[in-house]
Amino acid sequence: MHLPFDVQRFTARGFGGHGGRLGIEYHAHGADWCELQLPYHPDLVGDPASGVLASGPIITLMDMATSFSVWLKRGQFVPHATLDLRVDYLRPARPGRTVVGRGECYRITRAISFIRGQAHDGDPADPLAHVAGTFMLTEA
Amino acid sequence: MTELPPYARLLGLSEDPQADGPPVLVMPFADPVLGRPGFLHGGAISGLLEMAAIVALRAALDGEAARIKPVNVTVDFMRGGREHPTRAVGLVTRLGGRVANVEAIAWQESRDKPIAKARMNYLLVRNDP
Repeated sequence: MHLPFDVQRFTARGFGGHGGRLGIEYHAHGADWCELQLPYHPDLVGDPASGVLASGPIITLMDMATSFSVWLKRGQFVPHATLDLRVDYLRPARPGRTVVGRGECYRITRAISFIRGQAHDGDPADPLAHVAGTFMLTEA
Repeated sequence: MTELPPYARLLGLSEDPQADGPPVLVMPFADPVLGRPGFLHGGAISGLLEMAAIVALRAALDGEAARIKPVNVTVDFMRGGREHPTRAVGLVTRLGGRVANVEAIAWQESRDKPIAKARMNYLLVRNDP
């Protein structure tokens, strides 16, 4: 038996673990999508010379936003694991800017959830990353 | 080895002094890299793989001060990351004039049982004329 997925309740006290350490927060959601945000922090930098964020925090942001979009589309929390995730880095994130990651679940089958998403740092029309991937239910 | 950036310190990465051959990075199992209870976060595993790829690429560039710009990465997750240290190594499959193709693999108890594998493409901005 699974509980209905209430994204605001789920995120009300912030995140533990890796998402919490990165400072990821809830931003917005709809029936099959979720936006999370990653405020800029010097600890997340991959290139000290430029101050640009490492790619790992962007992957984590998108993994979590797309994960939530699956539970929103399925209408319940179901345990799942990322099967694969592809990230295209369209441009570097601007140092100092909060990154918003939007994940969308566009298709579900009994065992697999298909997702896509984009990340931007202020203007959704000027994305910095595009992702595509799949999750697999671990109890299907 | 080149100094690791702040994000690598957040992951707790260090170079495995016992490893032969190309540099092997180690990530401890600790709260800052956890996802669902009892498992590593896939994003932290991805971050480890990208760092291993960059370290391998820097080694392949052999001191040349080229800028490395990530184009894309594809990560396949094979097993959940459990309560063990995770190791990762990168392999430069082709070092070209403008592009480098790199793979990285992460494992825990046995290198024969990878927990994740990634393939990355990097654009190289070389400084020489």
